[in-house]
Amino acid sequence: MSLLRSETLAIGTDADVVHVRQKVRAWATDQGFGLVDQTKIVTAASELARNTLIHGGGGSMHLQALNDGSRRGLRLVFEDHGPGIPDLKLAMTDGYTTGTGLGLGLSGAKRLSNEFEIDSKPGEGTRVAITRWR
Amino acid sequence: MERIPILKMGDFLLVSIQVDMHDRLAMSLQDDLTDKIVRSRAHGVLIDISALDVVDSFIGRMLGNIASMSRILDAETVVVGMRPAVAITLVELGLSLPGIRTALNVERGMELLRRARTWDDLEGGENGDVPASE
Amino acid sequence: MGFADVLNQREAEILRDWVALQLSANFRRSDLINDTDLRQQSGDFWNAFRQAVASGSEDVMAPAWKDVREVVDEIAASRARQGFTPSETAAFVFSLKQPLFRALQSSPNGDLSNELWKITMLLDKLGLLSTETYQKSREEVISRQQRELLELSTPVVKLWDGILALPLIGTLDSERTQIVMESLLQTIVETGAAIAIIDITGVPTVDTLVAQHLLKTVAAARLMGAECVISGIRPQIAATIVHLGVDLNSVATKATLADAFALALRRTGQTVQKIRAISSQEGRGGTHSDS
Repeated sequence: MSLLRSETLAIGTDADVVHVRQKVRAWATDQGFGLVDQTKIVTAASELARNTLIHGGGGSMHLQALNDGSRRGLRLVFEDHGPGIPDLKLAMTDGYTTGTGLGLGLSGAKRLSNEFEIDSKPGEGTRVAITRWR
Repeated sequence: MERIPILKMGDFLLVSIQVDMHDRLAMSLQDDLTDKIVRSRAHGVLIDISALDVVDSFIGRMLGNIASMSRILDAETVVVGMRPAVAITLVELGLSLPGIRTALNVERGMELLRRARTWDDLEGGENGDVPASE
Repeated sequence: MGFADVLNQREAEILRDWVALQLSANFRRSDLINDTDLRQQSGDFWNAFRQAVASGSEDVMAPAWKDVREVVDEIAASRARQGFTPSETAAFVFSLKQPLFRALQSSPNGDLSNELWKITMLLDKLGLLSTETYQKSREEVISRQQRELLELSTPVVKLWDGILALPLIGTLDSERTQIVMESLLQTIVETGAAIAIIDITGVPTVDTLVAQHLLKTVAAARLMGAECVISGIRPQIAATIVHLGVDLNSVATKATLADAFALALRRTGQTVQKIRAISSQEGRGGTHSDS
């Protein structure tokens, strides 16, 4: 598998979340994703970027454009140094929310992606990685 | 900060979301709409999302809030113009937008609002109340 | 002397022999590639191969062999697109063995069988790699053609004002169903249809994935403001659906397309009336009599 290109975006404000959506849309288009696939990964990115901002106190998204033989993909890694998630299993259930949300952020992003990894340590921060293949 | 314009069309309010909104803008739209419903005594709200290529759980929540608050203020809300890719993604995300009526376009949405209004007036008549004149 | 040395000392000669062998072989396919291009491809591979061998690495997947792998990939992919058979494509790499062996055998060397073995290992792996790339390329061509066929073969039809029908025929697989459903939703938007009838009379079997796609499409259409009706569910399919535990309670279903159409007409506030026969009243004053 080869890495075609990568970039990191800071997520510190509302406007950054919009910027994330636009960036992911552009990269998904470049990778040749169909319209529905594009929409899915942009929506997942929006959920995770917002989480990073609101629950993580700000952080970053690292974008990677991948090529695995015949298929192309996008990998997004969201990282923050916030309070972390004490109960991951609970956080991943539909409808669970600590804020005023609908609580679909993490589980929703997982459903919209082909691969999903999450790492979180209370007091240290959270790292979520999603990959979507064409 | 820019604001999303709200047009008054007879008894209804029409909002056409043309930009990728950042979260604060979405919140201010929610406030502006509820404000205007009261001030203009509108009985229906039409939200045109045909220009949106992404609807995530935050926007979904905003639409739900608008629908609930309008109902309390005696106005029905109809969301129109949802794109297929967005609809498919929302289904995958698990977001069903409960309590929100939808229509394919503004024309259909208006029909829906008028019909809803007619039933309301008829119900008032059956109970012996005189429908309020506008 | 090791084969790396032989390669260096007799590189021009080996390349020449290899090209000559390919030009006269039964896998030549001069209809698909001309001599110049064949020489070019051989030269490219040969140069990359020599450099990799010179690095001392004997692992074809190591970084030192990256350029060689890329050349092999490119050649295999282009041959796949051009219509070479898998054997003809792999023969490109395997045919290098003969001139290399001959050169080794005719050189003074210590451990002939060991060197021959090394060459065999390297070229076998590269030959297999070329076959894998060939396969992937063929699959890409086939799936592209399949998509195009699908788009042509499952049209969405307008039955009446505001009523669409999607008659599905044949076995549905996950990918086909997705494409077809996206096309249906797009047509709903374009025609402003209020109801879409998905008729599965012509579908022999439905598995969980397909049933789920159907349900998701109905949910998506509903979100957009249109309703779906599924018709043509045969007894076997009904049994499968129940057996799979798929919940169809939120979807309107009808046994036949005709029933679904009647429902759709009612829902859209339309009706079909028979044209009344010309009454005897009209016939009295005219030249016709229908008695």
